[in-house]
Amino acid sequence: MTSTRETRLYQVGTFAAGNRLLDLEDRSVQAHPDRTNAITSGHRACRGCGEALGARFVLDAAVRAAGGDLVTANATGCLEVFSTPYPESSWQVPWLHSLFGNAPAVASGMAAGLRAQGRATRVVGQAGDGGTVDIGFGCLSGMFERNDDVLFVCYDNQGYMNTGVQRSGATPPAARTATTSTAGDVPGNPFGQGKSAPLIAMAHEIPYVATATVADLRDLEDKVTRAMEHHGARYLHVLVPCPLGWAADPSDTVRLARLATESGLFPLFEAEHGEVTGVTPIRHRVPVDDYLRLQGRYAHLFGEPGRPDLVARLQAGADRNIARFGLLEEGGDRP
Amino acid sequence: MCRPQVVAAYPISPQTHIVEALSDLVRTGELAQCEYLTVESEFAAMSACIGASAVGARAYTASASQGLLFMAEAVFNASGLGLPIVMTVANRAIGAPINIWNDHSDAMALRDAGWIQLYAADVQEATDLHLQAFVVAERTSLPVMVCMDGFVLTHAVEEVDLPEQEQVDAFVPPFVPQQLLDPDDPVTIGAMVGPEAFTEVRYLMQQRMDTAIGTVAEVAHDFREAFGRSSGGLVRGYRLEDADTVLVTLGSVAGAATEVVDELREQGIAAGTLTLTCFRPWPDEAVREALAGARRVVVLERAFSVGRGSIVGQDVRDSLHDLPVTVVEAVGGLGGRPVRRSDVRRLVEGVAADLLPTGRLHFLDLDHALLASAGVR
Amino acid sequence: MFNVRFHGRGGQGVVTAAEMLSVAAFDCGLHAQAFPTFGSERTGAPVTSYCRVDDRPIRFHEPIEEPQAIVVQDPTLLHAVPVLAGVQPSSYVLLNTSRELSLAGVPDGDRVAPDRLVTLAATDLAREVLGRPVPNTALLGALAALTGVVPLEAVLVAIRQRFAGPVAEANVELAVRAHASVAHDSMGTVRAMGPARAGGTVGGRA
Repeated sequence: MTSTRETRLYQVGTFAAGNRLLDLEDRSVQAHPDRTNAITSGHRACRGCGEALGARFVLDAAVRAAGGDLVTANATGCLEVFSTPYPESSWQVPWLHSLFGNAPAVASGMAAGLRAQGRATRVVGQAGDGGTVDIGFGCLSGMFERNDDVLFVCYDNQGYMNTGVQRSGATPPAARTATTSTAGDVPGNPFGQGKSAPLIAMAHEIPYVATATVADLRDLEDKVTRAMEHHGARYLHVLVPCPLGWAADPSDTVRLARLATESGLFPLFEAEHGEVTGVTPIRHRVPVDDYLRLQGRYAHLFGEPGRPDLVARLQAGADRNIARFGLLEEGGDRP
Repeated sequence: MCRPQVVAAYPISPQTHIVEALSDLVRTGELAQCEYLTVESEFAAMSACIGASAVGARAYTASASQGLLFMAEAVFNASGLGLPIVMTVANRAIGAPINIWNDHSDAMALRDAGWIQLYAADVQEATDLHLQAFVVAERTSLPVMVCMDGFVLTHAVEEVDLPEQEQVDAFVPPFVPQQLLDPDDPVTIGAMVGPEAFTEVRYLMQQRMDTAIGTVAEVAHDFREAFGRSSGGLVRGYRLEDADTVLVTLGSVAGAATEVVDELREQGIAAGTLTLTCFRPWPDEAVREALAGARRVVVLERAFSVGRGSIVGQDVRDSLHDLPVTVVEAVGGLGGRPVRRSDVRRLVEGVAADLLPTGRLHFLDLDHALLASAGVR
Repeated sequence: MFNVRFHGRGGQGVVTAAEMLSVAAFDCGLHAQAFPTFGSERTGAPVTSYCRVDDRPIRFHEPIEEPQAIVVQDPTLLHAVPVLAGVQPSSYVLLNTSRELSLAGVPDGDRVAPDRLVTLAATDLAREVLGRPVPNTALLGALAALTGVVPLEAVLVAIRQRFAGPVAEANVELAVRAHASVAHDSMGTVRAMGPARAGGTVGGRA
């Protein structure tokens, strides 16, 4: 019982500032000098890579929750490429890369193999959005419906960044990619396409589903920890801005992740067995413009003459998320 | 009997009853400490085997035909990672046109996948090869396909001498992985390898495959010692001594080949037959040694390379390149067409009489009337 | 070598019949091989299965084209598939039917020796004994009596190996009754009865 719990130190939107004031057990995983450093320094990620940041927090939290007894399966993608340029490896956890589309199935096999040997080792599978919502989706759904004992983490940067920024099933409407250019009547990625992997995960009624971003890293760690308290299939969908693919300033990665949630474009929630159990309210709501204007992939919406109609459609999407998940807490600021 | 710890499989004819039976064995507890994964595709089946093998579990799957192609990417990956997975291939044709019956197009399509490929001549050998496959796989840290002709063998009821479990346990020791994902000693498996080392990694694969030729022979030898039965190995010759004309086959045609050889010998034709049990790695020396005394060799296989012709025939010819042996290439038994002794006899008689030219692929059993009715002359 | 070919439809236990015959042969110390040809696994589709029995190992795998015995589990197949293809003058033909049946117009029907053709109302008998219209064990009992390829006891062993409990015993009874009706009609020992059996209908409703 400490008073610090009652003190809301909203410095950068997280509890980071208050970390040293917290009880030891309440401090972030990253605050511990003996953290795993699952993905250690020296890797080849771009400046401002959201995925590298997210993966370190996710895995360190998962390893702590597993008492150090954990193995990982990784899909092909940026995370795999930048972390393991032979003969070097950034991974300080047992780590296997097999293919692009099979990480959930590899993880299922690991879980089965460990169970058959009577070992309690935990399994984490990870992939980018392409490896999760597109090419790996069949394997992911199979892993979910069998309720295999795997935590699968999607680091969603909304496109195929590893291969040069092509559209994926997670690319948002209007975003420019190498395969959704700004030519044509509706520039960028079409409206009415794409899918919500977390909602589809929930439809499998698996024990735990959550969304998170690299803006609120304590929240990310908490969700990993909560996910690891469950057994069976669990899914964590983490928004990880990509400066290269989003044509954004590397220093804006965390800011973009926060604006994505505060605009309502990326709702933060948790679900258990198919039911939403909690949402993270928007504390300071912002219009989608604030989020979009920082990214070159939306630049075509704002020049002269710009496409205010499309911005309005994106705003409508954010509004729908806010209504659907009840993201505006009582008295929340309105734009 | 070989105590797999993870079985991951997706149903496809004619493999289904294999995995159905395994599922039952796991459910009843007869196959203890084993997890059966009902995966959503063959791609997932092989992927799950990869994960299971990497954490030190003995992993097994079975597939065929389209399923084998659907998992192809993971098949190559398993050998690249050096994971000793064993897979039964219930050999079946590949469409289009869709066809559920036997030929070898599926396994042959994956002959360069870096897997050891063993072909069973009958149900007894299929049984024995599975025991040997786990030993070979785990000794070499290479994956092994046990190929058995779909329906012809997979659905045949034949007398099989099933070894006692204790004998099997003695022959197939518990799996000791040569690489392992271990939280106490973390390793990275499957790193990205660029031009500076990729060639060397592939070179080592080739070297390991070369070594595996010896291992396959050695394990077959050990099997004979342990079970008193000759089964598996690289190649098996029948009446090759003084054989003038030798029929080379793989798979279930082997038995018919021996019958035909006996008949031809009675007719005064010096025929013999060579069965290839191990197709990958290619047992070059064994093939060369077995066929060195022949004047004519005819290779009869159940698949061919469209646009080129014989697959096994090329390898045989290559092994005999500096010997005065004529190699005739034939294909038959595609898509479930039975390979009859009468057809085989006619083929070998034709070769023995030097009636079949070399340098082209002969179709054993073309239905010329059917072709004519389709307007093909 | 004694070759038996079974014709029937998916669901009638055609494949099981050939397998049980092979097991019965193993039980007698003989070598045997049984295998089916499938179209696709649909109930009601024509299915053929084969069983070879020999006193030496069987080395080859090919369909039986000149059978010593043909078992037709479903008479509607007579005009649908070439069930009598390859029939020899000495081949037995065992037909499951409850009606007077003529092979006139059936392809190769004229090649069946009249004294080698036997009909048995196996489905009726199965319905009576098992409560289910699955005629295969009855036909196996009759085949044992007709051809002597294996003794009835071996068929019963195979049935008990295949089925369990009351199902096994009901099928045993079915096979015994079918066997008795054929053997009784033949008025001879099983081994000797083959050629002596006059064409006619035995068992069930004639």
